[in-house]
Amino acid sequence: MGCCGSKDLKTHFLDESVDLSLLDEVLDKYRNVKGSLITILQYAQETYGFLPLSVLEHISNETGINSSQTYGVATFYTQFRLKPVGENLIMLCKGTACHVNGADGIEEAITEELGIKDGETTDDNLFTLNNVACLGCCSLSPVMMINGETYGSLTPKKTKDIIRGLKKESLVVKEGN
Amino acid sequence: MKVVVGLGSCGIAAGARKVYETLDDHIKSNDLNVGLELTGCVGMCHLEPIVDIYDDLGNMERFVKVSHDKATELLSKAIAKDEDISNKISDIDKEAIDKQVRITIENCGIINPEKLEEYIEKGGYEGLRKCLMELTPEEVIEEVKVSGLRGRGGAGFPTWFKWNAALKEKATPKFMVCNADEGDPGAFMDRAILEGDPHRLLEGMAIGAYAIGAEEGIIYVRAEYPLAIKRLNIAIKQAKEAGYLGKNILGTGFNLEIRIKAGAGAFVCGEETALIASLEGERGMPRLKPPFPAQKGFWNKPTNINNVETFANIPWIIRKGGSAFAAYGTERSKGTKVFALTGKIKKGGLVEVPMGMPIKDIIYGIGGGILNNKKFKAVQMGGPSGGCIPAHLEDTTVDYESLTKVGAIMGSGGMVVMDESTCMVEMARFFLDFTRKESCGKCIHCRLGTKRLLEILERIVAGDGREGDIELLEKLSVEVKDGSLCGLGQTAPNPVLSTIRFFRDEYEAHIHDKKCPSKACKALITFFIEDNCIGCGMCKRNCPVEAISGEPKLLHLIDQDICIKCGKCYEVCKFDAITIS
Repeated sequence: MGCCGSKDLKTHFLDESVDLSLLDEVLDKYRNVKGSLITILQYAQETYGFLPLSVLEHISNETGINSSQTYGVATFYTQFRLKPVGENLIMLCKGTACHVNGADGIEEAITEELGIKDGETTDDNLFTLNNVACLGCCSLSPVMMINGETYGSLTPKKTKDIIRGLKKESLVVKEGN
Repeated sequence: MKVVVGLGSCGIAAGARKVYETLDDHIKSNDLNVGLELTGCVGMCHLEPIVDIYDDLGNMERFVKVSHDKATELLSKAIAKDEDISNKISDIDKEAIDKQVRITIENCGIINPEKLEEYIEKGGYEGLRKCLMELTPEEVIEEVKVSGLRGRGGAGFPTWFKWNAALKEKATPKFMVCNADEGDPGAFMDRAILEGDPHRLLEGMAIGAYAIGAEEGIIYVRAEYPLAIKRLNIAIKQAKEAGYLGKNILGTGFNLEIRIKAGAGAFVCGEETALIASLEGERGMPRLKPPFPAQKGFWNKPTNINNVETFANIPWIIRKGGSAFAAYGTERSKGTKVFALTGKIKKGGLVEVPMGMPIKDIIYGIGGGILNNKKFKAVQMGGPSGGCIPAHLEDTTVDYESLTKVGAIMGSGGMVVMDESTCMVEMARFFLDFTRKESCGKCIHCRLGTKRLLEILERIVAGDGREGDIELLEKLSVEVKDGSLCGLGQTAPNPVLSTIRFFRDEYEAHIHDKKCPSKACKALITFFIEDNCIGCGMCKRNCPVEAISGEPKLLHLIDQDICIKCGKCYEVCKFDAITIS
């Protein structure tokens, strides 16, 4: 992203498609509680699925915290993302145990199946791949978590099967609608 | 009769939730007089899903790897007292538990973490009661001093000393903080305690808060542990209702509120001052010490921070006495320690053993040895801040001093086992990749030094290592250590230094001979098809770059100029006809 004056940033700040009123409740609760920025950001991400720049700006305006500080916190922690994610968020564990037991091969399998790398989203917006440090299920390594569900003892083939299954489910739901 | 299903994160990942639901349906629809409970992780993750069946006399029989389609049959047979029952735990696996001494995780996998009464049945909150009714804060700290308990989060600082420093401070309010931001990749004991015995943590924190005079407690827990957060919330609510937390606890006039703060993911927040910054809603960046958190911590008030495992020891120490705890362990490392045994190990999971046990007894005696009977090469201890202990030092005992002597650290207790197929240079690269990403950026040596270390390691594993790279790594490592403010930078080069120390020959082979002795670094290996190829065509079909040629039923050939060394052919060949050199 460019510096504060760049066009790109301004357009995002003026993004009117984002309903900022969804944050009223959490802002009312925490506006005057010092040290609540991370909590507010977590709530915002849960609400929008990611942190749009207009939301960061809104939070800064409402809490009196500098935009630079809000942006700094939002980019410091791995939990926060400034881009939207696909319907299925694949969190691939790259912890030590998973690494030793072949997490790289699993990542390759995902890339082969979906054509995306770490941090990217598929064109059909169905999948986003995020590598994470450790999911704490080391005995079942290699492990990935998709939409809160943990899948263990993965092999490249098993991984592809799981993803294909999810793809099918998502498409069925869409057709049903 | 009672049936207990292990529903820790690892059990759920192995399918335990389905087992639980199947049993629940079965019991309800058949109106069986059988109680169904859930429990946390018993530590034998390789045997999940685990189902314990208790008869009316309280005798327990354990069943392992129970799939949901077998669950009802298992229950019916257990009810009918059918001797011909499968999935019983083997004697060897039973022994693996008997060889351990469980203090911290004694209730994990036994009690229902969502029921306060089960914790109380196991002596829960007795320690807190004793402290509030019979002991002064000084006496509590003295008991912890007698126990010799040292911080289980990494550095091993004596717990009593920190508590005493916080007690001595006059300023109020004081804060008791629990670091449950288990960020060390390869360690999950804190998760097991949070999910399996959350009241124990609350009791430990309450005792600590009483000892230092704090009326507010905060648990800083990883957002990646949703189940832990859920169970902690339940436990806090129950403890408040039962009068173990809140105002005027047990009628003694002592007040304590505990709340949860979900961390947002930053390894550096394991450092006390960084964690405090994060609690205050800032970027988690460490600051200079002194002043120590005991003097100026959260909002500049006296603050004590311990990790989950440390707190989980406290109720036991108060209940049974500090000297009972000190009876375990070595002269300077007292008590027991929980280790997360993972990697190339047959029976991975959590093990709790007295300090001072030789590494080989843990790996072979409890862990069952190396996966696929390969050769044990090294064990990585202490995560990204630790080091690798080579096989020839397998007699090293696990205590703070011995581990430091061989260049590793106790850390939080991650024990990642590696076999002959693990390249140690690549391991060092892996850890530096991690610390480089997690460096907060405050200190130049850490921010840029880890990046430069990573670049050198990357070029070595890519086959572009240069003369003098080893010396350069060593020099830079020392400088990064010296030039960094906090534990992250000061220990980040440890994986590099320890692998150079014990596996220098591997570094040399990569740099001078352009060879990876473990045959793991793709840039340095070549795939060949041997004469025993039957020409099935499997490799040819799976090769993504069409580097393999050959007629059906005839010997195939890999064109080395096209091959990208992805290893696909090696994986799919059913006849072991593909070799790596």
